[in-house]
Amino acid sequence: MNVTIVDYNSGNISSVINSFKEVAKDKVKIEVTSDLNKIKSSDKLVLPGQGSFKSCVDALKNIKGLVDVLNDFATNHKKPLLGICVGLQMFADIGYEESETKGLGWIPGKVSKIDNQNGKYKLPHIGWNQLNTLKDSKIFKNIENDSHMYFVHSYEFIPKDKSVIIATTDYSSKIVCAVEKDNIFGTQFHPEKSDKLGLKIIENFINL
Amino acid sequence: MLKNRIIPCLDVKNGRVVKGINFIDLKDAGDPVEQAKIYSDGGADEICFLDITASNENRDTIYDVVEKTSKKCFVPLTVGGGVRTIEDINKLLNCGADKVSINTAAVQNSTVVVESSKKFGSQCIVVAIDAKKNDEKWEIFTHGGRNNTGIDAIEFAKKMEDSGAGELLVTSMDRDGTQVGYDIDLMSKISSKVNIPVIASGGVGNLDHLVDGIKLGKASAVLAASIFHYGKHSVKEAKEYLDKKGIPVRI
Repeated sequence: MNVTIVDYNSGNISSVINSFKEVAKDKVKIEVTSDLNKIKSSDKLVLPGQGSFKSCVDALKNIKGLVDVLNDFATNHKKPLLGICVGLQMFADIGYEESETKGLGWIPGKVSKIDNQNGKYKLPHIGWNQLNTLKDSKIFKNIENDSHMYFVHSYEFIPKDKSVIIATTDYSSKIVCAVEKDNIFGTQFHPEKSDKLGLKIIENFINL
Repeated sequence: MLKNRIIPCLDVKNGRVVKGINFIDLKDAGDPVEQAKIYSDGGADEICFLDITASNENRDTIYDVVEKTSKKCFVPLTVGGGVRTIEDINKLLNCGADKVSINTAAVQNSTVVVESSKKFGSQCIVVAIDAKKNDEKWEIFTHGGRNNTGIDAIEFAKKMEDSGAGELLVTSMDRDGTQVGYDIDLMSKISSKVNIPVIASGGVGNLDHLVDGIKLGKASAVLAASIFHYGKHSVKEAKEYLDKKGIPVRI
């Protein structure tokens, strides 16, 4: 089996690579590439994302054919895919960071700025916050409710269909922090930076 | 709920951990990779490396330290000291740093903050503010605390937020290395002025100082070096103490 981390110049992905390699050891091959053929033939994909929604979407589009390959992988072949942070946000139809930008549209919804309630809440939402798990998910196997995960973001994904939400976290309001729709998984937090429990989620994804 | 963070800081020189008393009189005390691992296993919410003499010296050793650490520690890693250009930031991030703190370069020219936060995202840009009290105001110092710029620290903090900084690491130069506690006044003034998280630094000598930094200084995170480094307290002890004092921490 191989797991491919999509390298599309979305910012810093070293930590994602390190964490997947740590979990995979020698049992699973971890590829890091923007090569379309390798992405197509991969068993599982990881879509990281740092920076703004717009910069990540632009970076995806800058690699000719990548968006089509991702669409095909996630929606036709229905192979497992994990989006992290802006990688998750891009599942939405539309994002409002920098300017109005179309997303991948895999999970209907929008990405908008967290309401800081007139400065009551600092943004970015940085640090360790707890999961309120709403339903079971294979990627949350052996992860207890209230577990801490590491977040750093100012925008939140608001899906239209609330049934895709597998966990929220409390900050300003109930922020969506993990989603699952068939083969598509996403975390707003950074499992690669969430210590042992984060690595457990990565392991769960690899073992799907 | 969001927890207050405890961040042990390791001062690194030529690839080795040191901790200065007011930035001079350095003592060697270990391998940074091992130290960082001990901290992350002990529940540190983040790890910070400060390459303390980097403004003046060859700093390639830090890249190696960051690369090795990021393969062993799976909590956020912030690296600062001598970061001047977009290329420096890029290199540190590629080695596995999650955030980079910019000090002197941000004071000299805020465009590095504007450009780097656009390119890499605000989430990885921390501006380090070294401030010293002068009458009723605080002034910014650069070059590891050697140069007084005369710039008002609180105004500067606001400017850095507007330039795209994701967090501010505020160090009181009067307190650094003294172990008498954070400059609470400075922390709370800056924290009230900006809407981004503030990390308090400089002067921690006991666990009550950490409590004060959060309760009185309104900091989102507290950074300390010596109390952890010389084994006076473990990160775990610090967290349990904060928890007892009613401060939300990750345990």
